[in-house]
Amino acid sequence: MADTAHRTPRALDLKYQPGFTSVAMLCFFVLYAPIAVLVFFSFNANRSVTRWTEFSLDWYVRALANEGIQNAAVTSLEVAVFATVFATSIATAAALATTRVARYRGMTAAYTVINMPLMVPEIVTAVATLSFFALLRTTLGINFGLGNVMIAHTVFCIPFAYLPIRARLENMDLTLEQAAADLYATPWRTFRRVTLPLLVPGVIAGAMLAFIISLDDVIITMMVAGPGQTTLPIYILGQIRRGVTPEVNAVSTILLAVSILFVTLFFLLGRRRT
Amino acid sequence: MTAEAIKTPEGPPSSITERTVAGRQARTRGLLLAPAMLVIGVFGILPLFIALTYSFLEGGTYGGVEWVFSTEAYVQLLFERDIFEETLTFNTAYLEIFWRSFLLAAFSTLACLLIGFPAAYFMATRPAKSRDFWVFLITIPFWTNLLIRTFSIQLILRDEGVINIVLTELGLLAQPLQLIYTDFAVGLGLIYSFLPFMVLPIYAALERLDFRLVEAGFDLYATRAQVLRRIVVPLAKPGIVAGSILVFIPGLGAWITPELLGGGKELMIGNMIALQFGSSRNWPFGSAAALVLMAMVLVALVIYVRNVGKSGADHG
Amino acid sequence: MTKVFGGGTDVVRALDGVSLGIQENEFFTLLGPSGCGKTTLLRLIAGFEQPSGGEILLDGASLTHLPPFRRPVNTVFQSYALFPHMTVIDNIAFGLEMRGLSKTETADHVAEMLDLVKLSDLGKRKPGQLSGGQQQRVALARALANHPRVLLLDEPLSALDLKLRKEMQIELKRIHRDTGITFIFVTHDQGEALTMSDRIAVMNAGHVLQVGSPTEIYEHPTSHFVADFIGETNFLEGEVVARDGASAKVRLSSGVERQASAPKDAAAAGRVSLAIRPERVTLSQSRQTGALNGRVETMVYFGTDTNYHLRLEDGRAFMVRLQNHEGAQAPFATGDEVAVEIADHALQVLRD
Repeated sequence: MADTAHRTPRALDLKYQPGFTSVAMLCFFVLYAPIAVLVFFSFNANRSVTRWTEFSLDWYVRALANEGIQNAAVTSLEVAVFATVFATSIATAAALATTRVARYRGMTAAYTVINMPLMVPEIVTAVATLSFFALLRTTLGINFGLGNVMIAHTVFCIPFAYLPIRARLENMDLTLEQAAADLYATPWRTFRRVTLPLLVPGVIAGAMLAFIISLDDVIITMMVAGPGQTTLPIYILGQIRRGVTPEVNAVSTILLAVSILFVTLFFLLGRRRT
Repeated sequence: MTAEAIKTPEGPPSSITERTVAGRQARTRGLLLAPAMLVIGVFGILPLFIALTYSFLEGGTYGGVEWVFSTEAYVQLLFERDIFEETLTFNTAYLEIFWRSFLLAAFSTLACLLIGFPAAYFMATRPAKSRDFWVFLITIPFWTNLLIRTFSIQLILRDEGVINIVLTELGLLAQPLQLIYTDFAVGLGLIYSFLPFMVLPIYAALERLDFRLVEAGFDLYATRAQVLRRIVVPLAKPGIVAGSILVFIPGLGAWITPELLGGGKELMIGNMIALQFGSSRNWPFGSAAALVLMAMVLVALVIYVRNVGKSGADHG
Repeated sequence: MTKVFGGGTDVVRALDGVSLGIQENEFFTLLGPSGCGKTTLLRLIAGFEQPSGGEILLDGASLTHLPPFRRPVNTVFQSYALFPHMTVIDNIAFGLEMRGLSKTETADHVAEMLDLVKLSDLGKRKPGQLSGGQQQRVALARALANHPRVLLLDEPLSALDLKLRKEMQIELKRIHRDTGITFIFVTHDQGEALTMSDRIAVMNAGHVLQVGSPTEIYEHPTSHFVADFIGETNFLEGEVVARDGASAKVRLSSGVERQASAPKDAAAAGRVSLAIRPERVTLSQSRQTGALNGRVETMVYFGTDTNYHLRLEDGRAFMVRLQNHEGAQAPFATGDEVAVEIADHALQVLRD
């Protein structure tokens, strides 16, 4: 903003619309202020989450030493890693089959199925999945335990992993693979040496999205999870219902930091691509 | 030319024709799609049909279902059955929940549009370099934990929350304002939750907008307001429609927001459904409500597809 | 050879009964407007598409049903299609490695190729760090490293600016001479085709209209399309009065009779279309009875030449190109009445 002297006066700036900048600033303020308050009071020495006394890391120390939180974190990670690995693999295969090909019969159907978990409201998915696993348990005696949660997460993570992989594939030059074939590479070697290396950034981006989506899920986990299968968000929800202490703020801040880290990586990866 | 041996990779030369290539491609495609179709089909779509089946069964005493056909769940949506007299009286309690959910979702969609459009326009008119920064700022709440973000709103609106404390200490309030556990709180929570979902698609549309069209508009004597209304908004329409859908659908089925900010008093469809699978132990009724919600969402999606199809034809 | 795309009602016949024979060591060009099928033909030869009918033979052996990675032909892609995640050396070595050559052999070939395209000091770079011209050379080296029987070039120069394109044209000719490999070159640029090729096949709408040397194509176009697509041409109507092999006596509408070149399969009598290049006629002052008379409407100065746009008596437009001479004033001015003089054999009878 050092070039103020050269800036076009507002009246002559064709892109200027009165009031838009203020609304935009309000928008960003509204989005960040509550989070800022939450993070701020996680450092409060007092038990209050709204009255500041002095700076302290006590609540973080407590949160990290809390066995319930530790267990929930482990469960969250187990579920998220499982869902990420499977959803990303499945989505990669699906993306390879649905991009850069002439339209074929059933492609729209395949596309709809892949994106289906995005279209169904979470609460509907949650109760339907609950009903499904209940039916499996009562009629066939099958219960995968935490596996139920993992499978449910895999399903809704697939479309999120699929999006960036598909985008990456669509931007990829088809002639690169033809060039490889022209240079005596068999289809499998073409895939190994050309397609896959070029696809890697998309796969990583997809995996990161799948990971944060799984890590953040509340409703589906709440419905599907059995007793003792508490993920971090479920634990936080329980604490909020019971009455909050800055400890909840501290755990929330940690979870937020993880999400923000992944979003940042995802964002940087996307930027490098273009 | 003489035929000399060409060094090619090992193995006999495989012969291909137009048809075998097409066949081979179809087979590979099938294999690649199979896992996604199988996983989503079995664990994503099949459960919806099970929910559909459950909605036509009788509820079990301790949750679950009894395998007896019944339309009771759907009757219950509209009527109240008197157990002793076996009479049905029209009951609007559940209809009201649906209506309130619809209004809250529609209202917050409109509010998101009114805030989101200027914000997206602001972002799209930044210089290319700083634009990335603003997009990043919007992307973070887009992907971060909804529960935590809603919790942060709760911290602000509570009786002993930031707003009440500040207002009391300034002497403007004698006793705390009831902010939380109201429709206002739920609406605010929905706006806060889904605002990024509105901004990003509109931004995507505006970013592609060729601002020479705006110049052409001014050249042809349009005022700022006219340029906005006649040129910018129509060209951003696909983004506006997509954003509205992305706010409206999750808003309609919201669970976290009414749970934390409505306090279980101001029910929305989502909580009502969850309640049936929880303490109310009425799975058939919960399933029926879920399917009605699903139907509402489908209607919204159909409207969306139609709109996008039309605007797509408009702009080539 | 036939290639049909799509099915049902929206069938596109990209190639319709095309048959070509290409000689060893030839620089053969497929020339035509976009969508004429030239790229489809090239892709069929490379093996990226499979023909709906017909065969591709190399030395009498069929390539038709071989996948691209088993064909002894290599392609220089229009977009170059350099692997962005590999260095220049890795790109050039790719085909050799796939064919199972030893590391030392590969290294030798790569060095030789880098030398051939004069990029020896850029081997460690990635394609993204090269200029358009350099990328072009890498693409060429990568294809040539395999010593293909046929090198296919799909509009390889279209992405370069004019100056670089001229340089690369000369460079390509040199490489063609040095390697002795058969080149099949696809372009829509008639100038490029004329300067570089041994022979040209002019294509339109899935058909090959004429095959011949650049001189034959330019001087003796056999069809309306070829005459119009290559260079500038005036079209006239005439009547064949006598026919003798490759030559015919034609009478123009003005009554003048001239000897004209005629393709073998052109009409032996009756009304025909005639083509004449604007530089193959002369102008003289004032009208003459029995000549093509007209008036100068516009003059366009080109440095070496001046184009005179005439309106003939019958209302047709006609263009004449005259060379400019040092110091000389333009011999004609706008509005002048002039007569167009046509020499024997300057006219070309067209098939259609």
